[in-house]
Amino acid sequence: MSVPFQPLAVRTYTATSALGRGLDAHYAALVASRSGLRANDFSSAPLACWIGRVDGVEDAALPAAHAAWDCRNNRLAWLGLQQDHFLEQALDARLRYGAARVALVLGTSTASIGATEEGYRTLDADGRIPPELRRPLIHAPHSLAGFVAEALGLEGPCLTVSTACSSSAKVFAHAERLIRLGLADAAVVGGVDTLCDSVLFGFNALELVSPEPCQPFDQARRGISIGEAAGFALLERLDAAPQAPRLLGYGESSDAHHMSTPPPDGLGAELALRAALSRAGLRAEQVDYINLHGTASQKNDEVEAALIARTFPIHTRASSTKGFTGHTLGAAGILEAALALQAIERGLIPANLGARTPDAVCGPQFAWESEQRPVQVALSNSFGFGGNNACLVFGGAPA
Amino acid sequence: MSMLTVYLDGIGLWSPALADFAALKAQLHGQDTPAPAVRPPAGLLPANERRRAPESVLLAVEVAGQAVQMSGYAAADLPCVFSSAYGDQLISDYMCATLAQAPTELSPTRFHNSVHNAPAGYWTIATGCHAASSAISAGRASVGAGLLEAASLCIAEQRPVLLVCSDIAGAGPLLDMSATRVSFGCALVMAPQASAHSMYRLSLSLHPHAGDQLRPAPPTGAWYEDNPISASAWPLVQNLARGAGENILAAAETLALRVVMETPA
Repeated sequence: MSVPFQPLAVRTYTATSALGRGLDAHYAALVASRSGLRANDFSSAPLACWIGRVDGVEDAALPAAHAAWDCRNNRLAWLGLQQDHFLEQALDARLRYGAARVALVLGTSTASIGATEEGYRTLDADGRIPPELRRPLIHAPHSLAGFVAEALGLEGPCLTVSTACSSSAKVFAHAERLIRLGLADAAVVGGVDTLCDSVLFGFNALELVSPEPCQPFDQARRGISIGEAAGFALLERLDAAPQAPRLLGYGESSDAHHMSTPPPDGLGAELALRAALSRAGLRAEQVDYINLHGTASQKNDEVEAALIARTFPIHTRASSTKGFTGHTLGAAGILEAALALQAIERGLIPANLGARTPDAVCGPQFAWESEQRPVQVALSNSFGFGGNNACLVFGGAPA
Repeated sequence: MSMLTVYLDGIGLWSPALADFAALKAQLHGQDTPAPAVRPPAGLLPANERRRAPESVLLAVEVAGQAVQMSGYAAADLPCVFSSAYGDQLISDYMCATLAQAPTELSPTRFHNSVHNAPAGYWTIATGCHAASSAISAGRASVGAGLLEAASLCIAEQRPVLLVCSDIAGAGPLLDMSATRVSFGCALVMAPQASAHSMYRLSLSLHPHAGDQLRPAPPTGAWYEDNPISASAWPLVQNLARGAGENILAAAETLALRVVMETPA
């Protein structure tokens, strides 16, 4: 039996990134067009690049009851859960619906591989991961969702989505299906990715890391700056929170082209965008703001800028916020969903920070400086390795 | 509690001792089964991709190809869900070892093959599939969570869906943590309506607060206990080979998924 898509309320949401902890810190940085990037002070060996590092992750100790999950990625998750009263709201949803009726769907690409790296750097005399890190739960992709399920006491469907840089955008689609089919009444969605050697040296090996702060859509862009972030959102049926902003739709697609390069015609990205608008029942001209994937890699920006230029009218504003936060990989979807929701709630279009000379392919839709204007409908694009694309549509509650 | 009903149109399976679903059925009937090739053949990949592809991709593509061929659907039309508890443990072992010794010598190809969605990426590229593809993980509940996700997608979108659950054997210090000593993969193609290809009807229902029922039984030493996918899927896979039955598997830590299998009327 087919059940049609219904918009969902985003009752509450939060983000923690290089811009700070919680939504107010993000808004303050966006208003001031102040980047959170810094010279790399993280990797275990020197690497000349810029990173979006969250201050104080190392000090965000987990409660003793959850010590088995301790690792830097879960510390960032714990720090992120405590911002904007998200933890209280999630626990309240558990009380209202019951622990088994709240789904948990989290995206991550790194999970806690940083802890596995540390184990390999500090092998014991027998060549084994040392005793303090010999905790199987943290050496698996499900480490983040396992920890958050335990910390929130949730017993509903629980899933890790790991589709590289679209991971925590796709969580909205997974959760919407569970709620639509009555398998859950609410869902905590989100994602956490942390800096680690795997991504810093991995993207460096692919020659995708810029030696300077990233410059999305600049004609002289030299690659990405890697960041880290945690973000969460609480999704419920509209009648449970009629005044909250809404998830109006989403689109998912596969490039079927190449593991690490988008097709020149941007077909996969366009399919995700069209599917998202179609599900939301909207036309392109009804979109006020698009938070772009805009990584500052040569190919992504070229393909995405062309897609925006040929699809949207001039009054649709578009920007990448990677110049503020860096590319937070598996957390980019939720972080940028939060920024799209903030654009709706606060009427602020963030600047496409970092670009000095726009690439010629960029159309008039780009917001090179921040703009104050009402936003009723906002999109967020996320495209990942393996040609994995997601586009989210958010809208404000009707006045 | 809602029930999801889907129709099973294709089954794929591979382990070092079982080349496909037919081999499993033969084994259950006491017949000898020839040992499969050392590596999963993954015949759907172009030859150059097959040489470059990591083992996790070969395994996933092999079982996916078997299931899709049996189903009669075109692979390009199927949204797909790839579930794995650990992803490519051999690449993780290589990367962590290299990063500890000489981080700047990390292989770019192995890095981009290290993403959890590498099997989904290779599969969609090889089959020209532009539909939604996902890569998920849920620890020891990776099969149950995968079934739930694939069935949800199938019913919500009213489309046939490919589900692949697979984990390769690990190596190095990480093997100590994953305890995955054998490779195993299985794949199902499910559809929202019965068709001429439908072999079974699966009724899936969730049963919460079932931690006691889901606690793993004491190990017996059987091979399938050495892989998180086969350990979880084995009762279901046996029912599939027998043609009927019901079983429970974990969809989350304390959430049971009950699977009732019947021949469609």
